[in-house]
Amino acid sequence: MSSRWNEAEATEIVCRHDGREGALLPILHDVQAAFGFVPEPAIKFLAHALNITRAEVHGVVSFYRDFRRERAGRHVLKLCRAEACQSMDGEALARRMLDRFGLDWGGTTPDGRLTIEATYCLGLCASAPSAMLDGEPMARLNDGSIDEIAREVTR
Amino acid sequence: MTTRFFVPCDAAARAVGADKVAIALRAEAERQGIEIEVVRTGSRGLFWLEPMVEVESPGGRIAFGPVAARDVPGLLAGGLPIGTRHPLYLGRPEDIPFLKRQTRLTFARCGIVDPLSLADWRAHGGGRGLERARSLGPVKTLEEVTRSGLRGRGGAGFPTGIKWQTVADASADRKYIVCNADEGDSGTFADRMLLEGDPFALIEGMVIAGFAVGAAKGFVYIRSEYPDAVRAFGRAVRLAEVDGLLGAGAGFDIEVRVGAGAYVCGEETALLESIEGRRGQVRAKPPLPAHRGLFGRPTVVNNLVSLATVPWILAEGAEAYAVFGMGRSRGTMPIQLAGNIRHGGLFESAFGGTLGELVDEFGGGARSGRPVRAVQVGGPLGAYFPRALFDTAFDYEAFAARDGLIGHGGVVVFDDTVDMARQARFAMEFCAIESCGKCTPCRIGSTRGVETIDKIIRGEQSAANLALVEDLCQTMKFGSLCALGGFTPYPVMSAIRHFPEDFVRPPLGVAAE
Repeated sequence: MSSRWNEAEATEIVCRHDGREGALLPILHDVQAAFGFVPEPAIKFLAHALNITRAEVHGVVSFYRDFRRERAGRHVLKLCRAEACQSMDGEALARRMLDRFGLDWGGTTPDGRLTIEATYCLGLCASAPSAMLDGEPMARLNDGSIDEIAREVTR
Repeated sequence: MTTRFFVPCDAAARAVGADKVAIALRAEAERQGIEIEVVRTGSRGLFWLEPMVEVESPGGRIAFGPVAARDVPGLLAGGLPIGTRHPLYLGRPEDIPFLKRQTRLTFARCGIVDPLSLADWRAHGGGRGLERARSLGPVKTLEEVTRSGLRGRGGAGFPTGIKWQTVADASADRKYIVCNADEGDSGTFADRMLLEGDPFALIEGMVIAGFAVGAAKGFVYIRSEYPDAVRAFGRAVRLAEVDGLLGAGAGFDIEVRVGAGAYVCGEETALLESIEGRRGQVRAKPPLPAHRGLFGRPTVVNNLVSLATVPWILAEGAEAYAVFGMGRSRGTMPIQLAGNIRHGGLFESAFGGTLGELVDEFGGGARSGRPVRAVQVGGPLGAYFPRALFDTAFDYEAFAARDGLIGHGGVVVFDDTVDMARQARFAMEFCAIESCGKCTPCRIGSTRGVETIDKIIRGEQSAANLALVEDLCQTMKFGSLCALGGFTPYPVMSAIRHFPEDFVRPPLGVAAE
């Protein structure tokens, strides 16, 4: 479970990377792991801690798709939309998956249970279509997989 | 007697239930009172057969697949050895035609060894390349790499030896080896397989590179979409440190960096920016990274496959490697057959085989059973090839001569249901999503490209808009700072040129009637 933003924990994260060159990305990954997303106060805090401008921190956070500005659902499903998955009708399957939960790309269900995001390649291209649920790889997806994922996230 | 079973822990095997198979094997063996040991390996790369289980036998390993957890009781029902009449029996893995026809040099150990066992790695030839490099000295080590003819396996195909020489010749207080493991091309998984299946091969290659050019520190930049690979490689680095393969005694350290979901970071200068803690924006060249790279120091930036091939070259000698291949493409290339293909997987073979052989013969055609209509070679920036060009040899120059590229070796197969106008649109859309925004042709051109192709799809002034797309592609090709904007025209223009019928559409209103 992720904790609420607090400077003590953030300080501990920054110290963990003390002496590391160009540490902003590893720090942001740790911040997101700790708090579930990159909270607004983290921008100012990290700018101060690393002696860089707030604009620089904001620029990095907003550049990379992984860094969230708000909390995601309890489960995160990443569906691959790249060519290998397209060739196996991944787009149609993704549409059915989104419809099943009444979501659009990047959306979270009202009960906060599930977020569905697009990803561009998981390296499972010989077993398309593929996805990742909470960091676990899934491949050769079909309509049965939609039910399986629904069961998993509503458990 | 304990019988050893081998079950892959490669992400693509786990994605189709390999963990459950491993658990079921242990449980069922215990239930039946059979003594077994389950070893988790990388994948052999025969993904249509995953989860592929191998069992040790006096005549070598015997493979079964694809095995589901529910097959396990049946597999062990008759005791050991498992009968050759079992429906999932595949025989010796080396005799499966897909594997038998390969030349596995870089991937020699992948799928065979326990990826996190240094003893297993050494027993299968690991460390011999580094040993020989140390006996040759840095200068001769570098010469070996140059003479092998090895070229960058990331896509650009730049001679590895020349890159190393440039860094070796540079004088600086520090130098770096950076491994580009930001394998973002759809249809590719070679880097991922090695990180998960033979991580010490990469570590050995990087130590050799550092030794040859005088660098003491290496970074491995792995994309965040590969959590299994990040985990496996991180463990391998820690094991190597304890072992002494890395660390003060070895004169080389490796730090793992994880990307954050940006395709453009696979471009070497954007990757360096990202390691330095900034937005992954492309740098203008010159200066080359070999002169001024990471933190302003001379830096070797190599693709993972290039670095992981170096130990074999050093162990067996430059000539042994250069014997394979054709023309200026020497050695082997791990080709990745993906998408709508029956036998998808990793096919390492000497350069020179034709695209048709790969797709039809080794790959077995489309998985859907329909005719293959198009294949995209080299990732999202690679050209689409029609059947008429299936005689193209897999070779850097042969693909370039046909307005294509081999890139990182990904081959994505599409059957005859594909709409090539949609694929051309996606190429532009992908470029728009992933553009770092630094140069105008890529940032703006890709968005205008999507809009214009949308008009073509709607049947609005097709001829005029096709001319506009072509003109736009020229601008992107010659005006972009890096390959993202510069190569997006490859899939777009190849789709238009080879599949013109898909771009002639009736106006949308008419089609709806």
